[in-house]
Amino acid sequence: MNISHHFDDATLMAYSAGTLPEGMALLVACHLHWCPHCRDRVEVTNSVGGALLDRLEPAALDDNALDSLLARLDEPEQEFASPEHSRSEPAGDSELPAPLAQLLGAPMDELPWKRIGYGVRQIDLELKGPGAARLLRISPGVSVPHHTHGGNELTLILKGSYNDELGRFCRGDVADLDGDVEHQPLVDTDEDCICLIATDAPLKFSGLMGRLVQPFIGL
Amino acid sequence: MQEFDAEGGDVNAAAVTPQTLTPEQRRKQVRDEWSACLTRLAETRDKSEFARLFGYFAPRVKSYILRLGMPDATAEEVMQEAMLLVWRKAHLFNRTKASASTWIFTLARNQSIDRMRRDKVQFYELPEEEPDPEQRDMGEHSIIAERMQEAIATLPEGQAQVLHLSYYEGKSHSEIAEQLGIPLGSVKSRLRLAFSKLKAHWGEEV
Ligand SMILES: [Zn+2]
Repeated sequence: MNISHHFDDATLMAYSAGTLPEGMALLVACHLHWCPHCRDRVEVTNSVGGALLDRLEPAALDDNALDSLLARLDEPEQEFASPEHSRSEPAGDSELPAPLAQLLGAPMDELPWKRIGYGVRQIDLELKGPGAARLLRISPGVSVPHHTHGGNELTLILKGSYNDELGRFCRGDVADLDGDVEHQPLVDTDEDCICLIATDAPLKFSGLMGRLVQPFIGL
Repeated sequence: MQEFDAEGGDVNAAAVTPQTLTPEQRRKQVRDEWSACLTRLAETRDKSEFARLFGYFAPRVKSYILRLGMPDATAEEVMQEAMLLVWRKAHLFNRTKASASTWIFTLARNQSIDRMRRDKVQFYELPEEEPDPEQRDMGEHSIIAERMQEAIATLPEGQAQVLHLSYYEGKSHSEIAEQLGIPLGSVKSRLRLAFSKLKAHWGEEV
């Protein structure tokens, strides 16, 4: 995979600190699955956490903390894999990064896509907590006027490609946007463009289509 | 000309280094020892190695979890789960990729996140303990001065503060912006600056 757009340092630091909303953390984990460059970078941002752990004042433990844990060491292991770091065989669509494939559990074509406007379909991942995460599927030649609103917004291209004011984005690339960015992605091949979009604030569209789309998205 | 210079200036004699370690080198030595201990644990499955790791890391892991805002009993539970993962996943530890501290930090972080998502109500309903914002800021500064030492202490205060709020207190960038009364973009640019300095400083540790 030829990836040319990566995360901002600040985003990887938030990922390492564990402060991203669930959808954004999922998206970062997906890109990391594909991108050795960002895996190297996240080793550095994780090491900030490790160094801070070394510098923390130790807290008092329960009196029998060690004994009660030693007693559990021989317990049979149960399912404890966290999707974020699991490397097991992905369920569902093998073209997807494993963390997302495990969450969806089915190939993308079999998912219940909902039409939200001309040439645009989506699936809300309905994750808990702040922000939103959705899959967006945009038909060839369709342009989606789009406006980030104050918060942070991450986009990971899963399939196909698009062009906008910020460049060309292909499979594996991320757009890491903040503040008030107005952009208009245009799907520039004859293949659907499918992306994962995660925000820490509700997603808003602008322009004529935005006004049409907004009520259907229900934001 | 070249020869004359080489003979004239006795460069090597002047560059004799003392055998004492700097505090940073000493910390690296400690970290390396724990990484070796964790590697041995993976190979031997020796519970006494695990008990040693527990003695050093469990109180720090609990301290980290408490800082994220969990009550003591929950922090104790999450610490136990995280340390149990240390035992179970030790074979996945790769000391060329991360130090034991960093690896255990990521386990503790993931356990904390899982717990917070499960017990969302409990987490968000925690009362604020420090209502006075001025006092709160002073508290943070003194913690930075005490504990972040060397590398982090060389950061300008504004950068150290955002790093602290993010990693130690689990605040999102937007929450930090709100708390400090600065734009989100400033929080991020401070973090970027901090990161580029720490990257250079901790290059060897990674
Ligand atoms: Zn990358």
